[in-house]
Amino acid sequence: MHAPDAMLPRIARIRRRRRESAQVWTLDIEADGTEASGFAPGQFNMLTVFGVGEVPISLSGDPARGTQLVHTIRAVGPVSEALVQLKPGKELGLRGPFGVGWPMAEAAGRDVLLVAGGLGLAPLRPALYRLLAGRHRFGRVRLLYGARGPEDMLFRRELASWQRRADIDIEITVDHAPSGWTGHVGVVPTLIEHAAFDPGNSIALVCGPEIMMRFAIDALRRAGMADAAIYLSTERNMKCAIGQCGHCQFGPTFVCRDGPVFRYDRLRTFLGLKEI
Amino acid sequence: MKIRSLEQIVAEHRFFTGLGDEHCKLVCGCARNMLFEPGEYLFREGALADRFFLLRHGRVALELTAPGRKAMTFRTLREGEIVGVSWLIPPYRWTYDARALEQVRAVAMDAECLRQKCDADHHFGYEMMKRFVPLLVEWLHATQLQILDVYGTPA
Repeated sequence: MHAPDAMLPRIARIRRRRRESAQVWTLDIEADGTEASGFAPGQFNMLTVFGVGEVPISLSGDPARGTQLVHTIRAVGPVSEALVQLKPGKELGLRGPFGVGWPMAEAAGRDVLLVAGGLGLAPLRPALYRLLAGRHRFGRVRLLYGARGPEDMLFRRELASWQRRADIDIEITVDHAPSGWTGHVGVVPTLIEHAAFDPGNSIALVCGPEIMMRFAIDALRRAGMADAAIYLSTERNMKCAIGQCGHCQFGPTFVCRDGPVFRYDRLRTFLGLKEI
Repeated sequence: MKIRSLEQIVAEHRFFTGLGDEHCKLVCGCARNMLFEPGEYLFREGALADRFFLLRHGRVALELTAPGRKAMTFRTLREGEIVGVSWLIPPYRWTYDARALEQVRAVAMDAECLRQKCDADHHFGYEMMKRFVPLLVEWLHATQLQILDVYGTPA
């Protein structure tokens, strides 16, 4: 049973905003009462621009820094465009955190393969912070990240600093490379066959456009990974965020309440069905 | 450093996993080791596709050029992968450039030699096709995903 005020936004303020790429911004937000609630990697908040509307946005910051809520937003519609225009000090509405996040407890003792495409790195970043904070509790940690081009990559400075670490392997690829790019070129699922991990004792966390995720799942299964070891973060039309309105129904589940992170074997019947 | 024979290299390459000894000998009869320095081309667009390569070490960029533009890389390949499929299909001409991004060690397979052996021994030819068709399908799927531009702004 949700608290009666789950539908009532708290007042939050923009503390800082920075541009990640042409259309993507990261906002640091502070809100009363956030410290007490905290959040789990993979959860999302509902953000409101008053007079414009409300949208679900994944948390992309460090869950250990509970007072700072970080959201990475692509400006693609009226609300998200208004959100990224908010300057430090401006108020917005905030509900959350909501949803079921990444299975961090199940990942303990296993290799962890994170597969991110485009903006999908944002919901995976809190999981990465959690993995790195408790690094000794996990096997090999490997991030495979694909972006449209080098200029579209998120968190570039942080990626560079993680690439210098010995306890995490990071591979980056782009779909379209300008001249001078010396990294990988090709779609992110092509990195999976080269990734060293023990398919029998691994867990895969996958987030990105749904088509990309379907190709990534195929590659993970070819590599020997069981369906029950693959987790996806899904996206549907989330409105109430508490499983009441039904807008985000996906087969027998509500993405806002039962997800957004799902184990693949629970979703495979429905993924790719045009009707849902 | 342990030196491995060409036969061992080919037999252990994942592309030839499951290939019998006799067929492996047929493959090795068409193979030779090659080394490419960074920036050197494995082949150029338009030239005769008279070989393909098993990459043993190093990365290769597949590139296309257009007037007024620098070379555009559309795929990079690395250790364990195959470079070149144009040798399979007439008129046996490369349709892109393949350039070494770093020092590349590869096994080059003589295409004419292999084609003749495939024609002479259809069972061997079928074994080769069983390895190349999945490669072509994987390339097709990857290209589909690439041209869909899935990271672009949703319509």
